[in-house]
Amino acid sequence: MKYTLNVNGASHVVDVAPDTPILWVLRDHLDLVGTKFGCGVGQCGACTIHLNGVPSRSCMTPVSTVGRMRITTIEGLAADAEKLHPVQQAWCELDVAQCGYCQAGQIMTAAALLKDNPRPNDEDIDGAMAGNLCRCATYMRIRSGIKRAAELAGGAKEATQ
Amino acid sequence: MNASTLSGPVNRRDFLKLTGLAGGGFALAFYIRSGPAAAAADGATGSFEPNAFIRISPTGAVTIVSKQPEMGQGVKTSLPMIIAEQLEVPWKEIKIEQGDFDQKYGGQSAGGSNSTPSNYDHFHLLGATARTMLVTAAAQTWGVSPSECRAENAAVHHTSGKTLKYGQLVAKASALPVPAKEQVTLKDPKDFKLLGQRISQVDSRTIATGGPLFGIDMKLPGMVYAVYEKCPAFGGKVVSANLDHIKRLPGVKDAFIIEGRGGVKELVPGVAIIADSTWAAFSARRQLKVTWDEGKVAEESWDTFVAQARADAGKAGATQLRKDGDPDASLKSATTTIEAEYLYPFISHANLEPQNTTAHWRDGVMELWTPAQIPARAAEIVTRLLGVPAEKIIMHLTRAGGGFGRRISADYLVETAAIAQKVNAPVKLTWSREDDLKHDHYRPGGLHFLKGGVDAQGKPVAWKNHFFTFGEGGSPGSGGSLHRDELPARCIPNFQSEQTMISTGWPMGPWRAPGSCVFGWVFNSFVDEMAHAAGRDPYQFHLEMLGNEKMLPAEGRGGREYNLERLRNVMKFTAEKAGLGKKKFAKGQGAGIGYYFSHRGYFAQVAEVTVSKDGMLKVDRVVCGCDIGAQVVNLSGAENQVEGSVIDGLGTLMTQELNIERGRVVQSNFHDYPLIRITDAPTKIETHFLKTNYPTTGLGEPALPPVAGAVCNAIFAATGKRVRQMPLSRVDLSWT
Repeated sequence: MKYTLNVNGASHVVDVAPDTPILWVLRDHLDLVGTKFGCGVGQCGACTIHLNGVPSRSCMTPVSTVGRMRITTIEGLAADAEKLHPVQQAWCELDVAQCGYCQAGQIMTAAALLKDNPRPNDEDIDGAMAGNLCRCATYMRIRSGIKRAAELAGGAKEATQ
Repeated sequence: MNASTLSGPVNRRDFLKLTGLAGGGFALAFYIRSGPAAAAADGATGSFEPNAFIRISPTGAVTIVSKQPEMGQGVKTSLPMIIAEQLEVPWKEIKIEQGDFDQKYGGQSAGGSNSTPSNYDHFHLLGATARTMLVTAAAQTWGVSPSECRAENAAVHHTSGKTLKYGQLVAKASALPVPAKEQVTLKDPKDFKLLGQRISQVDSRTIATGGPLFGIDMKLPGMVYAVYEKCPAFGGKVVSANLDHIKRLPGVKDAFIIEGRGGVKELVPGVAIIADSTWAAFSARRQLKVTWDEGKVAEESWDTFVAQARADAGKAGATQLRKDGDPDASLKSATTTIEAEYLYPFISHANLEPQNTTAHWRDGVMELWTPAQIPARAAEIVTRLLGVPAEKIIMHLTRAGGGFGRRISADYLVETAAIAQKVNAPVKLTWSREDDLKHDHYRPGGLHFLKGGVDAQGKPVAWKNHFFTFGEGGSPGSGGSLHRDELPARCIPNFQSEQTMISTGWPMGPWRAPGSCVFGWVFNSFVDEMAHAAGRDPYQFHLEMLGNEKMLPAEGRGGREYNLERLRNVMKFTAEKAGLGKKKFAKGQGAGIGYYFSHRGYFAQVAEVTVSKDGMLKVDRVVCGCDIGAQVVNLSGAENQVEGSVIDGLGTLMTQELNIERGRVVQSNFHDYPLIRITDAPTKIETHFLKTNYPTTGLGEPALPPVAGAVCNAIFAATGKRVRQMPLSRVDLSWT
């Protein structure tokens, strides 16, 4: 079946089986490999993308259910290639990753959290991030990274005011 | 080809041809050229390449090769930092390249927290050698003595104020002989500018923006996608499969049976499905029907083994590891005696990146892209089982989405290579999460039957341990051997340890801090039990037990030399940082200490916990004292390793457990094999490095072993409940 997908603001036509999860469409057909396969059953969060801005598990989202929804992946999170999203900036600055495999999913979930809640406390952070596993257990830095991203985002807002 | 070719451009295959390498029999330790350095590594560019790791172009671009596999332990950043420090080039100006598997780099094994200690001195020398040559080149240009010149900021400066940038010195430096070690001066550590700083990983930006890095991200033109189904019961073989049906499914290009070869952890028999996408392969696999010959291992279950161990606990152990004094008489005469069983299950590595490799077999050459931890071992297996000569194997090292010891095994790699030999295209094998959990090489479980005695003065006088472990072919699985030196041996006068191995066909492999990851918990916990039984302050009891001697020499094969002074010092340092004994806790809250020596590092941790009345554990604070010698290389990476190890150790304590029934793993994915999540991470982890005048050592593992003991000792202080079984999800911690 042919599907026209809106990925990171661009239109893509793919010819795949209707039950193909968006994860594999991104990875195998569109060469967007930042979205990761970890479990295939929505337990680890490594495959987190945004569908119309809402964090979603791409490993359990068949391509046939997406329609014209806006798909945002880690590759398209930053508005322009030069300037990273505040969460990505914070992740680099605080050296959050160890192996890094889960971090695209962590960043996508964190970005969605900050959109809803620009100043999350530890409890908010733990609640929002509980669905994302990090096998290297960089959880302390994920907490600090989100707080730093909140500062950076606040700073950016002030600067444009 | 003549010898001078070696100092010119040499690609891997030529190099192998030249030196006749086969199977790694020839280890070229550090490939510092003894003749004139290469003037032209890639023809026209004319770079300065004093060794295999450093390249400076005439434009001044500096590249450092990272030879070690990177799996999250941070070596792709930290090891090049050592070279950069000595080379006097600002970190931001350096490009880091991942090296392929190549004999010219010397050993490329990532494991055992060895990358730092086994490369530290050499890497200082590599950087300092290059700097010395650049200084000599500048001094010759100016006709001055090198002693009037100094290197800084990628340039050589003369006392007169003259300066030449490294790029300007490339041609001259390339013509110089590589100086001997004795002619090279290393920087004084007090002058270090980079080492000890917090440096974000070189791949931080690629990770944060989702660029391709990992083995699973590989894509080659014309590549096909493979899955590989193995018998759910360990050691089972394929009898038949519905291959004709599978081959007709959408997207499927081929399906075939592969016979097993080698050991149980090498090429396991199975059925390969080749398709035009990962999903097509996964989908076809759901329709695969295989008839298996399950074999004898399918008769073995964990519960049966545990029952067998309990029944035999009172008998003499199969092997007596150690007997000092008269433990039985001492137990009889002791004022206080206690007895306990400690139990921990088999667990999985659960790397978040499922096992994978990409292979291309053409013209008798096997080219591989793989997240292997020990590429040389992987290559040896490909040679031995698939008949590909060593010089016909090209291996590119990708970033690994977690190692933890799992990718020391190369089963997934040899599966891919075997599949590639039957496929006329590049092929990527991707394991499912279920494959990963059901076909891991597990950390062995174990049972310790312990007896302890304390005398009237409150001193520990007797210790007996009958340890039950698991293994195959007469030797325990990795981390399943209790050494005769294992503490508290030699700290308690009447001491006996015995080991009985239960034979099984379950595959076992090294899991982060093999052995230590559980022995630390057992030893720290049971000594704590003895302290409480004697009515003593546990911290004082632990410390006093370690005596006053400085060194305990290594005994027997695989023995470890313990520096008890370092262990005591790091305990005191940590207790001080944590304010241990100074805080008053309400019921349900408490603190405990854990401490351990492994992987050349001395570590202590104080945990503070809160246990709710209904038994919910929250770790409020873990204070870590770390003695890894004289120098922290990358403070950011070092702290990250310690925090990660603490939470990893806590995760294995809290939730991780595999049940093996009838020779197969019951669990299948993260819903029934839960890993620790952010909600269970401690509220606070504080990491303190205790600088000592010992060689710098590694951090991938040694921060893990003390945490379970520290937390369980804190739980006892909080609730009066002693945890003697992992995971905690099986233990009732409620209190009234």
